[in-house]
Amino acid sequence: MIGIEHYVVVSSILFVLGVLGIFLNRKNVIVILMAIELILLAVNINLVAFSAFLHDLTGQIFAMFVLTVAAGEAAVGLAILVIYYRGRGTIAVDDVNRMKG
Amino acid sequence: MIHVIAFYLFAVMTVGSGAITILSRNPVHSVLWLILAFFNAAGLMILVGAEFIAMLLVIVYVGAVAVLFLFVVMMLDIDFAELRAGFVRYFPFGALVAIVLLAEIVLGIGAYRAGALRLGTPDGTAATPAGASNIEAIGALLYTRYLFLFEAAGVVLLVAMIGAIVLTHRQRTDVRGQKVSKQIARRPDEATVNVKPEVGKGVSL
Repeated sequence: MIGIEHYVVVSSILFVLGVLGIFLNRKNVIVILMAIELILLAVNINLVAFSAFLHDLTGQIFAMFVLTVAAGEAAVGLAILVIYYRGRGTIAVDDVNRMKG
Repeated sequence: MIHVIAFYLFAVMTVGSGAITILSRNPVHSVLWLILAFFNAAGLMILVGAEFIAMLLVIVYVGAVAVLFLFVVMMLDIDFAELRAGFVRYFPFGALVAIVLLAEIVLGIGAYRAGALRLGTPDGTAATPAGASNIEAIGALLYTRYLFLFEAAGVVLLVAMIGAIVLTHRQRTDVRGQKVSKQIARRPDEATVNVKPEVGKGVSL
């Protein structure tokens, strides 16, 4: 029998994978952005699962807003990435120090 | 029985493709595995009857965000092998953080099993009405109680769109573009000239 715990376990594994991805690919900002998308996906799975569990649609509506913010974040993040690449010819982020005062 | 099979299929595929997303050597492969992860997460959501969010996930993520990622990965000419350099060095610390986080979540689930906290039950005002489909119920809730939040989401998207355009837009000097104001300001009498050349002589322009 599949219960709420199964969904929570899947989403927590996915969340931890996203965090691990940020640490493993510290130089590659594209994969970092993808790992953040994975984290937000885990959050969405959690919200939807609890929404179904509690018979309350608020969770699904909130998941929609999370999706909105994730889409905006991906667009702005990739735009920053493109102008960064234009200026420096690389996207290695572990030595970014341009905003140091 | 088919629920269980479908759940485990979707769950294993989601977690597996999420793992390959962060471990893959080539970011193009990463994006493709990310798409698979999103598809299977949408399957997980369909299993609990949240078909609207599932469709939104497929349309917004696979249709827009993942294609955006793919576009950027392929547009930038990057030596990805160099970017992988610290992978082995960062692995122990990353694995430690991941294990700590997972242990916390397992602890939480264990505590929940031992006796859940009572945070109250939903008052039922946001429950799916009897006989209504998921999309109908979400629409009824979204355009009434959460209308202003919905508008705010639209503003967030607008700001993100303008921000992305402003960031990536650049004025190029080497391109000859159309000058609309100059075109509109042009008069017919100064644009054309009537000449009567003699036979055998050309027209000087």
